Amino acid sequence: MSIITIKNLSYQYPISESDALKDVSVTIERGKLYALVGANGGGKTTLCNVIRGFIPHFYKGDLRGEVLIEGKDIREWGMGELSQKVGYVFQNPFTQISGVKDNVFEEIAFGLENLGMEPGLIREKVDQVIRMLEIDYLRDKNPFELSGGQKQRVALASIIVMEPDVLVIDEPTSQLDPKGTEEVFKIIELMKNKGKTIILVEHKIELIAEYADYIILLNEGEVAMQGSTREILTDERALTFGAALPQYSLFGMEMRRRGMDLGSIPLTEKEAIEAVKTWMKKGVNA
Amino acid sequence: MSFLTLTNASFAYPNGYKAVDRVNMSFNKGESVAIVGQNGAGKTTTVKMMNGLLKPSEGDVVIDGWNTRDYTTAQISRKVGYVFQNPDDQIFHNDVYSEIEFGPRKLGLPEEQVKANVMKAAELAGVVPFLKDNPYNLPYSMRKFVTIASVIAMDSSVIILDEPTAGQDLPAMERLANLIETLNQEGKTIITITHDMEFVVNNFHRVIVMANRQVIADDDKRAIFWNLDVLERAMLKQPHISRLGYSLGIGHNILAIPELADELAKHK
Repeated sequence: MSIITIKNLSYQYPISESDALKDVSVTIERGKLYALVGANGGGKTTLCNVIRGFIPHFYKGDLRGEVLIEGKDIREWGMGELSQKVGYVFQNPFTQISGVKDNVFEEIAFGLENLGMEPGLIREKVDQVIRMLEIDYLRDKNPFELSGGQKQRVALASIIVMEPDVLVIDEPTSQLDPKGTEEVFKIIELMKNKGKTIILVEHKIELIAEYADYIILLNEGEVAMQGSTREILTDERALTFGAALPQYSLFGMEMRRRGMDLGSIPLTEKEAIEAVKTWMKKGVNA
Repeated sequence: MSFLTLTNASFAYPNGYKAVDRVNMSFNKGESVAIVGQNGAGKTTTVKMMNGLLKPSEGDVVIDGWNTRDYTTAQISRKVGYVFQNPDDQIFHNDVYSEIEFGPRKLGLPEEQVKANVMKAAELAGVVPFLKDNPYNLPYSMRKFVTIASVIAMDSSVIILDEPTAGQDLPAMERLANLIETLNQEGKTIITITHDMEFVVNNFHRVIVMANRQVIADDDKRAIFWNLDVLERAMLKQPHISRLGYSLGIGHNILAIPELADELAKHK
């Protein structure tokens, strides 16, 4: 069942002379992870801004076509109401952290406080999220004293605690080191297993290959390709639209070019190991 | 002859926190070197000592015969340029051209030379179409290229790039690779901090690994990426293709796709 339906969406920013999104049609199924990929300036963040209602409610501009969240047009959703349906995690956790709270526990509680939730219930929910994300050791720290990876996990926690059905996560790992990246992806996987619908902008294509169900490839404001992760990331054309392909797919393609076809194009490390092992056995038998 | 040398260089912040502990490194002219390691390992503090933004609290940093203790950052910036990790820490002009022009102009170069430096830097960094724009109207990834151009325009012998690959897309990665190669061929020393191991494999030979405020390895990339003990201590992983080679138990020094394919061809 689809939770978000976008039909023939075009959008132009207020002082811009051309469309940032051109005739975009996308259907987002509930409980799936969609990765938005493609070169910067292709419209990924703009599409995120439409889905979280910042376009048209905050940015204004010229929005054409249809954007339905649970069947209701984005123009009819109130921002307060939508913020509980669609949670948004910023690229830079500095942008997100409120700056008005002195510890992590209160920072995570901030959103629920603004909803006017009863304090006992807030404490319960914040505790729950802190346990779930395994960040209990951070609870009394000042949000600004955390490392980048820790900050990003607190930023995620402060959105997850609001229990939105849809999580829009814009380049959560671009400023993180490998360890921080891994921790953020653990949380994303956890949310996926909880049945959340996730829309993720991310450049680290090997991680997308591992976690995403579907890929939407945007190029110059248009949907250049969309489909299952396997379909898109084993298709060399993606490169011509400015998207990267996983090392494992590129390896499979190279093998094919050299007449050593593995039988399939692997997407992940695990698949590549399997494919090569099978190929080597065949080689020995032949 | 080494152009830039750190000898037992340590740095402690005023609150007593030691961010770098007795680091030794030296770089020749025309070298390109990657520095890798987790955040907090001391990478940025180390490179900030290389252009005098930070002065070592113990030990020495000597550039082309100058001990950084005896010179100002402004003087050192003729020899070593540093591109900040966060472009917003660096940019302070209202248009891209003025931003790039600031450095060479402060060097007191003749007008035509300033112009030539700016245009060459802007072209290498791919920011020519945005010269009249306000840098803050550009996306983060493009602002990073503005700051890179500003440092290239100084025409220093050493250029340090602090996490240039963060948040960059495929075309930007290609532009970075091309820019590093071009500057290298001109005889400049390029030192790059990055978390992207594939980028290291494709663009560098020598790799320095930092962990816990110290250098734990300094070697050819092949030696580094197949030294699992060092990688583990730095909490780093092998590049994807090396990992694949390792898991399959084939080849003990594979770094890239063509090498893996070559190795497999032997098994055919």
